[in-house]
This record gives sequence, structure tokens and C-alpha cells, in this order.
Amino acid sequence: MTTATMPAPPGRGIARRPMPWRRMVWVTWRQHRPTLISVPALFGAVALFLLIAGLKMHHDNALLAACHPFSAARCQRLNGEFNGTDWTLANTVLILLNLAPALIGAFAGAPVLARELETGTYRFAWTQGYGRARWTIATLTLIAVTVTAAAGAFTLVFGWFFQPYLAQEDLSVLSATVFDTHGVAFAAWTLAAFAIGVLLGMLIRRTVPAMAVTLGVYYGLATATWLVLRKHYLPASVTSNPRIATGQLTSTSPWVLGSWRTGTTRWWSYLPDSRFWALQWIESGWLLALSVLLIAAAVWLVRHRAT
Amino acid sequence: MNVIETSGLGKRYGHTWALRECTLAIPAGHLAALVGPNGAGKTTLMNMTVGLSGPTTGTATVLGGQPAGSPCALDGVAFVAQDTPAYRNLSAGDMLHLTGNLNRRFDQPYARGRLGELGIPLGKKVGRLSGGQQAQLALTLALARRPRLLILDEPLAMLDPLARQDLMATVLAAMTDHGMSVLLSSHALAELERVADYLVLLSGGRLRLAGEVDDLLAEHQVLTGPAAEADRYAGQLDVVQTRRAEAQAHLLARTGRPAGPRWPGWEAHPVSLEELVLAYLRASGAGPGAAPPPALSPVPRTEGAEAAR
Repeated sequence: MTTATMPAPPGRGIARRPMPWRRMVWVTWRQHRPTLISVPALFGAVALFLLIAGLKMHHDNALLAACHPFSAARCQRLNGEFNGTDWTLANTVLILLNLAPALIGAFAGAPVLARELETGTYRFAWTQGYGRARWTIATLTLIAVTVTAAAGAFTLVFGWFFQPYLAQEDLSVLSATVFDTHGVAFAAWTLAAFAIGVLLGMLIRRTVPAMAVTLGVYYGLATATWLVLRKHYLPASVTSNPRIATGQLTSTSPWVLGSWRTGTTRWWSYLPDSRFWALQWIESGWLLALSVLLIAAAVWLVRHRAT
Repeated sequence: MNVIETSGLGKRYGHTWALRECTLAIPAGHLAALVGPNGAGKTTLMNMTVGLSGPTTGTATVLGGQPAGSPCALDGVAFVAQDTPAYRNLSAGDMLHLTGNLNRRFDQPYARGRLGELGIPLGKKVGRLSGGQQAQLALTLALARRPRLLILDEPLAMLDPLARQDLMATVLAAMTDHGMSVLLSSHALAELERVADYLVLLSGGRLRLAGEVDDLLAEHQVLTGPAAEADRYAGQLDVVQTRRAEAQAHLLARTGRPAGPRWPGWEAHPVSLEELVLAYLRASGAGPGAAPPPALSPVPRTEGAEAAR
């Protein structure tokens, strides 16, 4: 035996101390540069567009609000402009924005681990000295924070842009498309979609199928939330006054959850849109918890079920 | 110190055992060859020693008792997987920087110098390098980590004979200079015979033979004598393989040291590593009459290999 040729093992104390997290910043940046650039860049480009388009639209809205009497031809033309051209644009952006978290989940989330497994590069990455659990935690955290922050920052611009339509189009801030794209919910849904994609990528181990299933699971969860979960976050208010229920007595539009009849009286259950922020924080809270859980599950799988 | 030690190691995928009851201790300082046909469990064994997959049964430790895949084990063990995976969209230079960031020790000047010698441009994307260059890059990344144990899964498969010689020379130099131990799997028996001083032979998911090459060669002999007497003598010996040609019989047997009994009319010959490996594989596999495992037919000694020698 030629034990004598072995060099002395490196100092145990040094070897036991984990390598600093900052090393992973460069690694993640270099490996996932397309995602880390394109997601903030796309949000940035759309935000810039909304700022420019929004200035004209806010101007139109201010003119419209100041226009008296409303029946005058000039005011009707302004109204037509606002509800026609401007609204078409805003509505298109609103619809596209509802697709954004799912697309981020599919294109940014699903490939992170699926591509490593599919191309076999995990055999390189996970046998380096850094350790695969820490590698996974660092990679996922950096990408998750980037896409979530980009989505969150974008919401600020979009919220400002969309403001005039809430009144003009008689939209409740609690309606599904508006609620999901405003406040903190948009960033939370983006994070959740990313986490769903990551975990499905680890489970399915193939990029394209994982992307497809991510889209399906995301819309399943979003639809279930909208149809079933959200209305149970807070106790609903009940009224027999149809004008309250439909928002004709207030300047804001409530979210009518249901109606029923007892004897000759018709009752409505509704959530007033003053509950917007409470609902936003509840939804974002559980989405954040879900995302942490999904990412933790992915890390667990990397650690214990790699091959 | 044993660089790899396994005890009752087994791995099951579904209902199939890829490896079972593997108990092995490879001492430090060797270039150990891991041989066996496709599906013998070589990659499974390697994956478990580097901690990529966990065992179904038993344990695997490296570098004198470090659990496979533990932080200390990852620091000291470098692994080059089959098909030498690397990020195809990164440049060779990026791969150096990446590997440097992911490891406590990384010899950047060595890595750059070696890529320079090999003529691999740092700015070129990994995906645009040839198969041979990718294998060389992967080996460079592994060696620059200055591992105490280097595990190579089929490193020669992508290389032409000349590049094989260069790669083995680089590995041997690193062993001498840095006291590194090596476990290398390959089908290229001809190449292994020249460099390997320890042999681990797997077949059908089981360990068939393990030991220092010199010891194994000394313990085994080919006994040649009259075919009529072969059966009588075979019972007295640990015969691995019997071949009959006309009136002659060739018994490849584990005779032990000193060499076993001499019978009148019989001659004893030393065995080559290649003969030994093939005999054990035939014995453990389909038997002497069947075709040899196709993956293990030794790589023909091509003109390039001869010239390079």
C-alpha cells in the first residue's frame, strides 16, 4: 500500500466551513443570464411603454373629467376616445399581464432544474465542492428574488397606469383580472408560478413537458383561487339593498359573491372593495408560504432523490 | 488509507438491482480500473461513491471514511461523468471561472496553461468544442481542483488513440505530482493494461474480482495440457475458465501464490490482464460457449496507438 504518497488532508476546520454564498452570485448570473436579463428587461420595456402611453391617457382622462356639460359633443368625443382607443390598449395590457406569471413559471422556473437533469450537467454541478443543496438554494433564491422584484416594481407602474379605468369602466378592484395584476398579488403570483415551475421541472426532469404542465397547474391554481378560495378569505357583508350590492350607492364597486331569497326579500353577499388590501395580503401571504414550501420541496428532492 | 470503501453496497431501480452486495476497499495511490460490460453497474457504483445517488443498501465512504457526498468528500473528490457534461452555452473560460467559484481549491494558472497546451481557446463556447476537446476540458476542470481522488467514467470513449495517450499521461503526471488516486472506468482494456495497477471487475451488478493487478496476475495462470485430463484436474483447482482446442485444454485458474500443483504433461503460463478480465467476464456472464459481451471486446490496437507508444 502506498499510503505514504498521500498528502496530508487539508485542515478540517477550514474544510468544514461552508463556502461563502457570494460565490454563487457570479455562478448563477453566468448560468442564468438570459433569464436574469430578459425578465426585468421585458417588464422594464412594457413599463416604459405604459409610462409614455399612460401620460396621454391620464391627460385624456383629466380633460374628460373637467368637461362640462357631459352631453356636449366635445365631451362625447373625448369619452369615445377614452373608452375606445385608450381602453382597448389598457384592456389588452391587462389580459397579457394575466399571462405573465404563468409564462415566467414556464420559461424561467421549469427549466432551472429540468435542464440540468435533461442535459446531464447536474453530474457536473452537483459534484463540485460547493454542495448541491446549497447550490440549489442559492440558484433558486437569486432567480426567484429577481423575477419577483421585477414583477413587484412593474405593478407600481401598472397600478398608476390603470387607475383611471377603475372609475371609468366601473371595474371593481376585486374583479379577477384586476385583483391579480394589482397590489402585491401580482408579484406573489409570479413567485408562486416560478416555484411551481421549479418543482415540476425537478419532478418531470424534462424541460418542455415541465413547461407545459407548469402552465396547466398555474391556471388550475389561479382559477380555483378566483372561483373558490378568495371569497372565503374574509367574512362577506350581507345586504338586501340592491343599490349597495351593485355599487350604485358608493363610488366603488363591490364584489358580489352570491344572492338568495328568504320569503320576499332578496339578499346579496358581497365584499366591498375597501377590503382590497386585506385580501391582497391574505392571498400574497399564502402564496408566499406555498412558494417557500415548493422550493423547499425541490431542494429536498435535489438532496435526496437526484438519481 | 482507503480512497474508496464500500460495504454491502447495493442500488435498486424499481425491481432491478443495478448493483448489489458490493464490498470493496481500494487503497490510496492506485490507478484503479473499473471494468465490466455495459449494464454491469460501473456508473451506478461511481454515482454512489461521488454521492450523486444514495445507496439502497450498504454504505460508501471515500478518502478514509468520509461519507460519499459529504462536504469533505466533495472537497477532495473530483468526478468526470460519462459524456463529460458541461454547460454548452458557456465558454471554456467561463467554465474555469465557474468551477473556481464552486470549489475551495482551484488552480487557475494550471487550468489555463493546460487548455493553452491543448489549443482550446478560452473564448470558445463549450458546445462548439469537439468531443475530444470537451473531454479534455472536463478533465482539466477536475484536475485543477487538485483532488485527492479523481473518478473518471469512460474518459477515453470520446478520444482518438493519440488523445487517449495524452490524457492518461496527464492523469499519471497528476498522480505523481500531487499524490492523487484514480478510479477510471473504461472498455479500452488495451489502454488500461499499461496504466492500471488495481482492478475492479463488475458484471451483472456484482463485484467479481478486485485487487492489485500484480497480485491478480501472479495468482492466476493458464494451465495447458491434454484435454482428456482437464476434467480430472479442474476439480482440484479454482478454475475460472476452460477452453478446449483439439486435444489440448487451457484452464485459466486461480492457483494462488506460490503457483499451484504441477502435473505431468501440463505447462503453466502467466496470464495477461486482458485474458484475465475476459475470462472472468465470460465466467460470470453467458458462459464460455456464448459470444463475448460485445461492449468488452478490447479496443483494437490501432496504428495510431502503436505509433504513439
